[in-house]
Amino acid sequence: MERFQYTRARTVSEAIGIAAHSSTAQQGAPVRYVAGGTTLVDLMKLGVERPTHLVDINKLGMNAIERTKEGGLRIGALVRNAALAHDPTVVRDYRALSEALLSGASAQLRNVATTSGNLLQRTRCMYFRNTAMACNKREPGSGCSAINGDNRTLAILGTSPHCIATNPSDMNVALVALDATIHVQGPKGTRTIPMQAFHLLPGDTPDRETVLEPGDLVTHITLPPPNARATSRYLKLRDRASYEFALASAAVVVEVAGGQFHYVRLAMGGVGTKPWRMSAVEERLTGAAVDDATIRDAAQLAVRDAKPQSENGFKVELAQRCLAHALRLATGLASI
Amino acid sequence: MSRSKALGAPSAPKVLGGKLPRIDGPLKVSGRATYTSDISLPGMLYAVPVRSTIASGRVVAIDDRVARKMLGVRAIYYRGNIRPFFRSGPAQGFSGLIDEKRPPFEDDVVRYYGQYVAVAVAQTMEQAKAAADAVRVQYAADAHNVERRLVAEKSLETDSERGDAEGAFKSAPVQIDQTYVTPTEVHNPIELHATVAAWEGDRVTLYETTQAVMNHREVLYQMLGVPKENVRVVSHFLGSGFGGKLWPWSHSILAAGVAREVGAPVKLVVTRQAMFETVGHRPRTQQRFRLGATRDGKLVSMQHEYLNETSILDAYKEDCGEATPFMYSVPNLRVASALARRNIGTPTAMRGPGAVPGLFAMESAMDELAIALNMDPIELRRRNEPLQDESTKLPFSSRHLVECMQVGAEKFGWARRDPRVGAMKRDGLTIGWGMATCSWGAMRSDAQATVEIQRDGTMSVTTATQDIGTGTYTVLALVASEATGIPLDKIDVGLGDTTLPPGPISGGSWATASVIPAVSAAARAAVRSLLTLSTSGKNAAFAGATPDDLHFANGRAARKSDPSSGVPLGDVLARANVRAAVGSGQSRTTFGGEESRKYSLHSFGAQFAEVTWQPETARLRVSRFVSVIDAGRMINPKPARNQIEGAVVMGIGMALFEEARYDKRYGAPINSNLADYIVSTNADAPAIDVTFLDYPDLVLNELGARGVGEIGLAGTAAAITAAVHHATGVRVRELPVRIEDLLRA
Ligand SMILES: Cc1cc2nc3c(=O)[nH]c(=O)nc-3n(C[C@H](O)[C@H](O)[C@H](O)COP(=O)(O)OP(=O)(O)OC[C@H]3O[C@@H](n4cnc5c(N)ncnc54)[C@H](O)[C@@H]3O)c2cc1C
Ligand code: SF4
Repeated sequence: MERFQYTRARTVSEAIGIAAHSSTAQQGAPVRYVAGGTTLVDLMKLGVERPTHLVDINKLGMNAIERTKEGGLRIGALVRNAALAHDPTVVRDYRALSEALLSGASAQLRNVATTSGNLLQRTRCMYFRNTAMACNKREPGSGCSAINGDNRTLAILGTSPHCIATNPSDMNVALVALDATIHVQGPKGTRTIPMQAFHLLPGDTPDRETVLEPGDLVTHITLPPPNARATSRYLKLRDRASYEFALASAAVVVEVAGGQFHYVRLAMGGVGTKPWRMSAVEERLTGAAVDDATIRDAAQLAVRDAKPQSENGFKVELAQRCLAHALRLATGLASI
Repeated sequence: MSRSKALGAPSAPKVLGGKLPRIDGPLKVSGRATYTSDISLPGMLYAVPVRSTIASGRVVAIDDRVARKMLGVRAIYYRGNIRPFFRSGPAQGFSGLIDEKRPPFEDDVVRYYGQYVAVAVAQTMEQAKAAADAVRVQYAADAHNVERRLVAEKSLETDSERGDAEGAFKSAPVQIDQTYVTPTEVHNPIELHATVAAWEGDRVTLYETTQAVMNHREVLYQMLGVPKENVRVVSHFLGSGFGGKLWPWSHSILAAGVAREVGAPVKLVVTRQAMFETVGHRPRTQQRFRLGATRDGKLVSMQHEYLNETSILDAYKEDCGEATPFMYSVPNLRVASALARRNIGTPTAMRGPGAVPGLFAMESAMDELAIALNMDPIELRRRNEPLQDESTKLPFSSRHLVECMQVGAEKFGWARRDPRVGAMKRDGLTIGWGMATCSWGAMRSDAQATVEIQRDGTMSVTTATQDIGTGTYTVLALVASEATGIPLDKIDVGLGDTTLPPGPISGGSWATASVIPAVSAAARAAVRSLLTLSTSGKNAAFAGATPDDLHFANGRAARKSDPSSGVPLGDVLARANVRAAVGSGQSRTTFGGEESRKYSLHSFGAQFAEVTWQPETARLRVSRFVSVIDAGRMINPKPARNQIEGAVVMGIGMALFEEARYDKRYGAPINSNLADYIVSTNADAPAIDVTFLDYPDLVLNELGARGVGEIGLAGTAAAITAAVHHATGVRVRELPVRIEDLLRA
């Protein structure tokens, strides 16, 4: 572990003022905000993150869950994962979000992990986390050890020849399906970013994971008003029963009318280099009959562009089963 | 010395066979039990090793200029600037054992990833870690080999043979010929390995995470080159070891060595990552198993040929054929084995070494044979139940395997089984049922114990064995209480210290069976000495009587003929001017002993597993487990049940999750943390129904007790993969069962 300076920010502008001096808000950032610390401190111990200045944002409030004027939800950046998952409004109106959060990590971690920290958690690629090994995301240009390495858990969608790491967050998958908006305050003021545009594809700069610039502080996330006639679900598949990242997961928001898919929002996790919105599948489903054949067809379409790696070819099949079953659960074709 | 007081233990009318909670439980749940890494001594420094980042090659140069000058750093040691260590000589029985025999820094050759090449010593752990990271090591790397597919380095050697196995196989009407693979598994006890070394002059005390203090001393004094009596090893509590903490590892020698150099106590805690590299593991095995049988299910041939990986320098053999020669009746049998060298750390014993991977192969093959014969797997085993151990031609001291299967079948509801694949459903899920048998050796080793009955009515029991979380403190208190009538809350048990009478290793499931006779004899001897004191000397309480006329009950010596004649033991000792009535006892080993020449000594059991399977999501879970164990008399069923339940949970991990994977380019175990090397969680553990048949094995010891630490893991994975096959039709012969395999269903 390196020596670093630590500031407990008292105001948002103080925090942003310090972080604005950072050369980057991406991998290698010399200034980092610390929220729950469950990603950041872990990576600092591993030597993957080496900030020289930590700005603790835990005293900045930003921890309320409120109704918006439009009837949506405003979630403060520092709302803990457990609080968000058990919030009665979330449980009732945004079930996929609650289910996604509760499927992640462990009860202890969820008690301390925050909404913004979860949004910005880093990949679990084992080579990224091991400084003795080459990794383009950690050290641009050093190579990608996961390609031709142990890539069983990594992505089949959105990969590049430079990086195939998954975004590991469960919450993010639900946020994509729920059309969330990220609210950011930076040195130049505030701005909003649609969840789908927040994370970047690896391309040839896998060290750049989000659109954040130095000083940018995520202040809150908003959700649009819930579709009262829709059902939302999150299904996570993994080797063991709990405390493991997804091999494949799906968040679905579905409204059925007259035996047809009327409104559909789909996103998948564990398979993409970012939380993966399935827009083409949404289109295909909208207006189609709710039956097994439609669902199977939709699942196939979901992996049309999949590019399996040496060890994760099974994800092409698993992803289809995952999406199909999530749709069955949301439409009542299956109950467990 | 740690004394584990019987804190508020309820008094049971008949202590043995009761369900006594652990007497050390309150210490543990309140955080007062001091584990090795909790130990903190004045002036203590911290050591963090530098681990090699190549798997094969040479250390060319070490540059510690930056590291040496860092904050808090006291020294950086490596080959050449630290007193060299010796190797320890060959072991004598279970004394002097070490699996990785090369001491740290012996040469400049690197033979596995993570091998210690230097060590940083600093005032805090963080400073030592930072300094270790700043040491620049230049290597000349060679090609390494961490291949998964094993190829024998030499031709196979026969472990056991009878009849003409090959000929009988060829002519058998029904044949099974399959290869089964078990992966590299890492013990992963929650407590990290640790050593705290403190020298006083030329004497050293090692607080050590060890399952064997006596053995540790035997090895360390030789490696450090000091007189044996100058080394003391202490291990009061262990956060489990599963075999990984039986024999010393390099970090212990390193901690002692650097503490000697810096002249201050040193603590070295091995990281989780390093625990995948330098403290042993269960090696990968590849086992070809061939069965030949008649159409009515009588075995005519059994062949078990197996390979296991080992390190470059050490020939560790995973004895997969441990149970093969005696488990079933078969006239023609051959067990043979060989090693495959890899650039990996040296393997070591892991819970049920040999038998656990071996029984996965054998019991899987038996299940496949039952299916080939269209026969119930229990019936197949019943038809091949042997009358004696056919490899040694000796009777079994106590074998109730058929009854284990019967009782298990009843508890499980086996009669309702529909053997067709995927035929059984419940709550919208497919269920699969599978069973397997298991066995583990019943052994006893040498042990000594001392019991002292004090004037105030308390009693101490001491022996240098260990409580590795299995309840040894409690069991020994119970035994001493039964032998003396002294209540549990007046008994102190002292363990885990080489200054105590030599006790057995906590391994092989024989610690309990070995130490009980010694403690029981010591307790009786202490009573005898008390009674002798009450009849002799001029102030004798019962002058003129002989010890045989007296007995000791309720803290008093009394005439058998006149219970009201009782004299409190404190008075007896005071009149004799004796501090305490002392007794010592010992038990002899069965290894090479008379019993093992006359009997085949083993425990047996039957495992029944139910899995649920949801094909739509490829989700497989173990939903129910029944384990029936024939392990002699249960002295304290509660911790014994814990052992079986824990082993079944571990067996679920073995069947479905656990595998250390080596990256072929770096040669490193790549999933070396508990997020990527997954083990069972609570959510994966189903209801587990454990039954002990409770037939005393009086050949083994007077109480008829055998050990239960390992047998619960044996057969478990085979029962689960049989259930997986029943549910899905997929036969997994290479563990763990993965979603990839199940997607083929
Ligand atoms: C063992 C383990 C298992 C886990 N399993 C799962 C799982 O199954 N599923 C899952 O989804 N997650 C899992 N997680 C990840 C967990 O959800 C994240 O670690 C957690 O959500 C991060 O939140 P935090 O508040 O602790 O973030 P921190 O560590 O404090 O921050 C993470 C990153 O976000 C930045 N950041 C934080 N807040 C802001 C802000 N307001 N503005 C700008 N930047 C900010 C920090 O600078 C840092 O770079 C697991 C974690 C662990 C350790
Ligand atoms: S997949 Fe990405 S994170 Fe993993 S090693 Fe390659 S570049 Fe690094």
